[in-house]
Amino acid sequence: MISLIRELAGAYGPSGREEEIRNLIEQKISSKVDEIYTDTLGNLIAVKKGSENGKRIMLAAHMDEIGLVASYIDDKGFIRVSNIGGINPYVAIGQRVQFQNGITGCVCYEENITDFKDLKLDRMYIDIGANSREITSECVMPGDIAVFCGETIEQNTRFISKALDDRIGCAILIKLIEQMGDCPNEVIFVFTVQEEVGLRGAGPAAFDIKPDIAVAVDVTGTGDTPECKPLAIELGKGPTVMIKDSRTISHPIVKNALIECAEKNNIPYQLEVMSVGGNDAGTIHTAAGGIPAGAVSIPCRYLHRPCEMVDKNDALNAVKLLDAFIKMP
Amino acid sequence: MMRKLAELTMLDGISGNEQEIRKFIIQNLADKSLKHYTDSIGNLIVKGKTDGSSNLKVMLAAHMDEVGLMVNYITDDGKLKFSPVGGIDSRILIGKHVRVGKCKIPGVIGYKSIHLQDKNERESVVKIKNLYIDIAAKDKENAEEFVNTGDYVAFASEPVFFGENRIKAKALDDRAGCAVLMELLEEVWPFELYACFTVQEEVGLRGALVAANRIKPDIGIVLEGTTCADVPKVKEHEVSTVMGEGPVLSFADRTSIADRELFYHFLKTAEKEGIPYQLKRTTTGGNDAGRIQTSGTGVKTMVVSVPCRYIHSPVSVLDLNDLKNMLNLVSKALHILPELGR
Repeated sequence: MISLIRELAGAYGPSGREEEIRNLIEQKISSKVDEIYTDTLGNLIAVKKGSENGKRIMLAAHMDEIGLVASYIDDKGFIRVSNIGGINPYVAIGQRVQFQNGITGCVCYEENITDFKDLKLDRMYIDIGANSREITSECVMPGDIAVFCGETIEQNTRFISKALDDRIGCAILIKLIEQMGDCPNEVIFVFTVQEEVGLRGAGPAAFDIKPDIAVAVDVTGTGDTPECKPLAIELGKGPTVMIKDSRTISHPIVKNALIECAEKNNIPYQLEVMSVGGNDAGTIHTAAGGIPAGAVSIPCRYLHRPCEMVDKNDALNAVKLLDAFIKMP
Repeated sequence: MMRKLAELTMLDGISGNEQEIRKFIIQNLADKSLKHYTDSIGNLIVKGKTDGSSNLKVMLAAHMDEVGLMVNYITDDGKLKFSPVGGIDSRILIGKHVRVGKCKIPGVIGYKSIHLQDKNERESVVKIKNLYIDIAAKDKENAEEFVNTGDYVAFASEPVFFGENRIKAKALDDRAGCAVLMELLEEVWPFELYACFTVQEEVGLRGALVAANRIKPDIGIVLEGTTCADVPKVKEHEVSTVMGEGPVLSFADRTSIADRELFYHFLKTAEKEGIPYQLKRTTTGGNDAGRIQTSGTGVKTMVVSVPCRYIHSPVSVLDLNDLKNMLNLVSKALHILPELGR
């Protein structure tokens, strides 16, 4: 699994610029599905037809990752930035970032900041080593988006990488496509765009597909690190079945079916009750007159940092759980 | 276009109360044969002239509404308390002339005079709940002869042309976009053009969603007035836009990310045609594109704006050359949309 994750997580794809990661996923699955297309906003939609007159199930994982968008280039060639998705300025300090064309820069802050409470992205910049506006402008223009650098490693059954949010979800769906075999239900795999900027891709996709039920496959925070906020989710204790987050209250049909699948198949699982954050289920469940929706999440430490960490077994168990779920009568 | 813009800013159309603007636009359409209708929420949708060469549906949106106030309580001594409609900085309100309700009763926004304010009040931002509108009523009963709770309150600020090319007025956001859109309706298009004069943008982009779901366009272009902070003590990367440097193309803001192909199409058209343009230097704010983009099964969108200094105040300022260039750029770019070749 590590090689798949390394490829997916390493691919460039901030919100609104998903073509590279989309092409990669399409290339991996196109021969294994019955139908595949990209919609107006860039969602990649792959259909595995059911073997009987079953339900239509939508599984969604988002392709996009967070990034820093170049907003202005000053006369010394420094690049001013704004956030694409949730970027914490403290996390950004000192990070290497990379633009689509491979240009790498360091994220630094104005040195006269004395109180770090004042640190905001508009007091930070990317330095690509150019010493004039002209030189920077040859390779970066406003609107170009840089993503964190953070290579993928496997250690102690954990994966550490940038963009595991939500390339781990993409990997799980790809694994599922590879191993699911015949299925009574039609499964529509949607690799969505622009989740990190407000769940923008999933709603229109759901409106188009109008599935009977839907499950978002994403990552969720944990409560298992030193002095962290209390949260009953730990790495390695299984994928989570979402009860609620700030955007969705899971539909009981979906939630109960997922729990039943886990129990029946002895798959470890945890229940996710979040007061912050949201995933694609948020715009799916209100689309097209209402779609019963829920989510399966992979516990992930250090979310939105270049060193996101997930447990390998949680990911493998998520594949098992979803495999059982899509085959329910 | 300049005269039309000035006239548009003289009308009052706070969010939810856009009928004056709608009526003016219908009456002033150059081509009276254009089909138009008003939808349930109040958007005015005008179908542009087409040469019938393609079925591509293009939605152009400019919002008719402006920020303002609403009366929510009348005090015993006949003063009007109010709440804001849309985003308003309380600091710009004190001492402004306003028009209240359907009869446009003149009023002024008052606050206790400086020698009655304690130190804390002088040094902190005034709260809207401490302001009131004085319509010179003797008492509550007298005020109620002219005003009701729920009445809209608009800034009274007549347009003034000043400097070389500038106009000061209220509501330039987004009567500027409305003026450009009215001009664009005079042309013949190689696609199906839906000109949407939307409502309730300032309170949460509400009209545009309704319009987009009805029209189901292939492409949505939003024509906006945007922030311009090219004033003293603002760092160059935070000015957002610069007045006089041309129409503004946004790569992203808080509610949408521009379709990349459309963005470059507009940018390249500007360069090819020698039309001045600028890229917005901040990603703050949002507009109708946010709702159009995620409507239906998804729509490609793009925002073109004109810089407006002191936006959301009675003394917004814009440069008329920016507006002319905006019209020129949008017109040129739309006639050669890349989608037309497919």
